[in-house]
Amino acid sequence: MNNIWGVIWLGILICTLSCTAYGQEVSREQIKGLDEQVQEIKSDVLSIAAELNLLEEKLLYPSHTQISMFLALAKGDLFRLDSIEIRLDEQVVAQHLYTFKELEALQMGGVQRIYTGNIKTGEHEVLVSFSGKSTGGNELEYLESYKIEKDIGPTIVEMILAHQGITFNNR
Amino acid sequence: MYRLVFFLISLWLLVSSAQAASTSAPEELKDLYFGETLYYAFQEEWFDAIARLDTELALHHGLDQPELDSLYVHVGLAEFAVGDFELAYRMHQRAGRAITAVINGNVAEEIRNEAIFRLAKIYFQKNQPVNSQHVLDRISGSVPEVIRDDLIFLRSQVHMATGRFDEAVTLLLELENTQSLEGFTGYNLAIALLMAGQDKEGHRYLDLNGKIRSKKPATLAIKDKSNLVIGDILLGKNNFLGAKEVLDRVRLEGPFSNRALLGSGWADASMEHFEQALIPWSLLLERQITDLAVQEALLAVPYAYGKLGVYSKAALLYGSALKSFGEEVDKLETSIKSIREGKFLRALVREELKQDDNWVVKLREIPETPETYYLLDLMASHDFQESLKNYLDLEQLRRKLENWNGDLDAFEEIIEKRRTYYQPLLPEIDTKFRLLDSQMRLRLEQRERIDKRLQTVLIAPRPDYLATADERTSRERIIQLEQTLSADTAAVSDQVTSRIRRLHGVLDWNIHTGYDQRLTEAYQNLHDLNQVIETLQQQYNSFVRIRQAATQSYQGYNKSIRRQRIRITAATEQLTTLMARQGHMLEVLAVSELTRRRDRLEEFQVKARFAMADSFDRATRTQGQKRIEQ
Repeated sequence: MNNIWGVIWLGILICTLSCTAYGQEVSREQIKGLDEQVQEIKSDVLSIAAELNLLEEKLLYPSHTQISMFLALAKGDLFRLDSIEIRLDEQVVAQHLYTFKELEALQMGGVQRIYTGNIKTGEHEVLVSFSGKSTGGNELEYLESYKIEKDIGPTIVEMILAHQGITFNNR
Repeated sequence: MYRLVFFLISLWLLVSSAQAASTSAPEELKDLYFGETLYYAFQEEWFDAIARLDTELALHHGLDQPELDSLYVHVGLAEFAVGDFELAYRMHQRAGRAITAVINGNVAEEIRNEAIFRLAKIYFQKNQPVNSQHVLDRISGSVPEVIRDDLIFLRSQVHMATGRFDEAVTLLLELENTQSLEGFTGYNLAIALLMAGQDKEGHRYLDLNGKIRSKKPATLAIKDKSNLVIGDILLGKNNFLGAKEVLDRVRLEGPFSNRALLGSGWADASMEHFEQALIPWSLLLERQITDLAVQEALLAVPYAYGKLGVYSKAALLYGSALKSFGEEVDKLETSIKSIREGKFLRALVREELKQDDNWVVKLREIPETPETYYLLDLMASHDFQESLKNYLDLEQLRRKLENWNGDLDAFEEIIEKRRTYYQPLLPEIDTKFRLLDSQMRLRLEQRERIDKRLQTVLIAPRPDYLATADERTSRERIIQLEQTLSADTAAVSDQVTSRIRRLHGVLDWNIHTGYDQRLTEAYQNLHDLNQVIETLQQQYNSFVRIRQAATQSYQGYNKSIRRQRIRITAATEQLTTLMARQGHMLEVLAVSELTRRRDRLEEFQVKARFAMADSFDRATRTQGQKRIEQ
């Protein structure tokens, strides 16, 4: 009796230890075939997205009125950005609270397009305030303004945030 | 055994999948839109990253002078990145084409080799080791330092998957001291040796791997796995003492602990040490009952008591196991029913789960989803994970398509509002503009004439050109008088003639002596006029632009929107079919796994019933014997 049970248990154990064969009803070819179709639909939808991006920009933000604001962190500056608020001609146009993932993406050199809108040609004022924490744990609060001159082409404003303040570039 | 290899491979791929894309930001970023795609890519939002980069690249390539575009300096990197992101988005076909373009393009050897490595890796992830090998064969020359070890490891994995274990061993031996692959190299090496028939060496490496000291969770997991595998092998060879020793090395809280505890108990039981066997098995009884090892322990514990002669306790525990099995079978029945009703797929796409990295484990904790209780093992399998990721990607695409339809509705509304506003205004504006336009052209022609005259005057001075209007009128009158008098000399006195001549002389004197001053003033006036004309030209251009923009704000979109709608509808239909098929595949995989588990529990029920009856019988007999003895 002892031996019979032993054989049964060892059999069970070996079955347990080896990886199970899942879903014999689904063949590898089926999985591969479906995967290829999924890739095709991804490709189609990406192509729609690219066309829609262009359509949206042309329709909503024509170049002669377009303004885009981009936000980057100063290279190597590891301060923690918590939140930002942007005012354009005294109107709040963007507010953002940063998740860890977003902050990490910025620290890795990614650039966030924080605002796209339309303005008239001429002079405008951008007021940027942000809060965060320095690597030493000190609270950071900054408020800085920048004058932009909108002409006939799209206006691109780059804001580089650092623990000492903000650098603006008109690109 | 092949399954074991694939399990290992999938374990490594799971470890490395978090670094699916290797594109990093350029040293000096010139194009902010490219930086924006990186922002999405660094957050692993592949769809947005690819869509935006596709748009930027299309715009760039459509330019007459792309060298003036800010993306120009990054275009090589951008083209590599789009393929890289597509790989991360598990689109190896498209990524393959993009990266092949980079491979065949004029790029540095190291970039080219890294691209080949990434392409080979994705083929391998997609269970296409032969294709992966073909791609790897194209690597030549220097390889970036950062991927050197991973490349060797990938080559070894491909060799293992294609049955070339000796070659895999040779490669893995090169990586023996590589810290980043600590544990994984040793484990793969041991498996490759075992598969190549070098059992002794294989055991030695498994044993060494089972003694690694590390704090890294992945290394600790593979260490446990090594001990589990060697323990299994030793049990199979009836080396129970050796098996117990290695199985007891497995951590009590790791992913392999349940299986190790079960095996450890069996090593004791096989040596007839039933009291010791009860220690690991009793630990198992306190754990999650859906685990296979725990369910087996429910039978193993009374079995040990039976062997110790405690038949009454054994009988009671078999009864308790029977009850638990019954409850679990019911739960599995409910799960299977629930999956067939589509609840499993609905649970998978629940948004709140995506916020948690550990969402697969959390699945079992969300209420009213019995279908997920038994699926942890299944969810760890490569095929299921790939199918699940595809399903989740399809769901994301479905939501996007749904939103875009809404966006197109909004666009059409905007266009209609603009049309309603601008269309009645424009004819009147155009009429006024035409009038102003003709006036402006006339004045511009006048200015051109003046400019030409002044240029002529510079070469041959003509003071009469700079006479004022009064002077010109006076001069004409004087000339007229002179002509009249010359025709009728008798009637005019010398005094009058002399006066006329004097007046003519004064006029000429003024015009000639004031010439320099007048020329200077004329130039000054022309300069002032130029400034006015420049402002006028700006206003004119601005008006033309705004007028054009007004028309363009509502004209020329219909065709594009209609085309997008057709494409979205077609994609949605295709997507719905694909989602249904992918979902069905997941359900089939899930139901198959649950059915397998239910069938096993039903077998356990039969065994428990038989063993319970046997134990009661023995307990009764023992009690009878005791009574007789008394």
